[in-house]
Amino acid sequence: MDFSDLNLQEIAQTSGEWLRGSGPESDIVISSRIRLARNLADFPFISRATDTDRAEIGKILRDRIEKLHEQGKFTGQLVYVDVSALEAVDRQFLVERQLISREHADAEGARAVLIDQREQMSVMINEEDHLRIQVLKSGLDLTAAWEQINELDDHIEARVTYAYNDRFGYLTACPTNVGTGVRVSVMLHLPALVITRQIDKVFRSLQKINLAVRGLYGEGSQAQGDFYQVSNQVTLGQNEEELTKKVADVVPVLIDYERKAREFLIRESQETLHDRVSRAYGILRTAQTISSEETMHLLSSLRMGVNLGLIRDVEIPTVNKLFVHTQPAHLQKLTGMELDSSDRNIERASYLRRHLSGDGTNAGHN
Amino acid sequence: MKCQKCDKPATFHITDLVDGKPNELHLCEDCAHKFLAPSTEESGEVLPAMAGLLAQHLAVGETAEELARLDQRSCPVCGITFLEFRKQGRLGCPHDYINFASELEPLLLNIHGETRHVGKVPKFCASGAEQQTQLIRLRREMKEAIAAEEYEQASALRDEIRAIEQARDKKTQSE
Repeated sequence: MDFSDLNLQEIAQTSGEWLRGSGPESDIVISSRIRLARNLADFPFISRATDTDRAEIGKILRDRIEKLHEQGKFTGQLVYVDVSALEAVDRQFLVERQLISREHADAEGARAVLIDQREQMSVMINEEDHLRIQVLKSGLDLTAAWEQINELDDHIEARVTYAYNDRFGYLTACPTNVGTGVRVSVMLHLPALVITRQIDKVFRSLQKINLAVRGLYGEGSQAQGDFYQVSNQVTLGQNEEELTKKVADVVPVLIDYERKAREFLIRESQETLHDRVSRAYGILRTAQTISSEETMHLLSSLRMGVNLGLIRDVEIPTVNKLFVHTQPAHLQKLTGMELDSSDRNIERASYLRRHLSGDGTNAGHN
Repeated sequence: MKCQKCDKPATFHITDLVDGKPNELHLCEDCAHKFLAPSTEESGEVLPAMAGLLAQHLAVGETAEELARLDQRSCPVCGITFLEFRKQGRLGCPHDYINFASELEPLLLNIHGETRHVGKVPKFCASGAEQQTQLIRLRREMKEAIAAEEYEQASALRDEIRAIEQARDKKTQSE
């Protein structure tokens, strides 16, 4: 029996806690995430690790973390997934779910991930560093995320010896992560700043204060669906609370800009805006074939329309869920079939119609 | 409706604000993507590539001879040379931070604006970490000794490894 595959089928039906759209400021802030990069002191970093090293690192970390789990140090169920044994579509599924990085999916050699079933936490083993711990929260909730991950890190650290030195802190494979090894990021939905073409200005300002901006699926990806991740660049010379605060402090400013841009659109061109949102909703409810890019683009308009009260018969958690469930690997997991790109476009349109149509001719499915 | 920039069907209807006035644009998917993509779209590339780039910049100001010497320097624990690090942007083991400390400092200053850690400190055994890192070297030397059939040497190394591992395991059991 393929334990992990069974599990993926099961989680495909649900959506992660971070998508429930209920945290503070969740009309604009989708999720808050903190990750820590850690390495075992007695093994080479991944780029110089042999296959035996990787297997050994994986074994040690899995064993220690599962023991902690048995002792009740984590809330909820923990699932171990051997990423190296997964099919490409299953690895892609975990990327779409934000549970592993694209790099982890595409890498080679022994590697794994431990996931809690509420999908608030994931621990990648043998990514760029031996250990990448991540905590994901719905809405703007960085303080809670930091407290949770800090405690988790303490528990693991009591069981293994991390590579650490007084001068440089936690030692990581890439010098860009050394020191605290912390990456604090907030995912924002900024459609009005994109429409009013102010997003570039926002980018430049953030870069000036040493904050990085990326698209939905992390490094290198373009901003799909007007989702932007803002995170710290610096990891050395400031403590974790200061780094968290730096990101936390800039978020209300971005929220304010986005709200002002939305107000501006309502004030100056309400008909155009309402038309744009309604057309997006119309296409999503009626299209017979639709690409992932167009879906993201239209869902972004719909999401803003719902938040502005222009569309009243759709809930935000539904829209949030559609962003993830219409991704290529999700569609294939949900239908239980391998689909090529044109079949996916047809299935995606059908899935959208089923979940958005008020008359619900097919509402019972999925 | 056709795309205003090419002949494909327009599927994206964008309201652009020009001098505060809304301006309607009808574009196909490709053109809309180009239009909407922020000009800093390569920004995502910056971070992973940064270490490599900056590491290469370290060469600036060094004479060819100095650079060649620097590049040949290797870590006694994992064996990585400074040249390999400059090429990949990834270090080979925790000891590299000690071995290449003076070379890394300008790089860290460039990335972080600081060279000293001030955050969290591991509660257990932080000072024992470097000793654990020496296990990497000892295991490698033991493997080499076995390959060279120097069994006496290998057995001495094995004892040394065991002593360090026992100290480590004592810690995990004490919890």
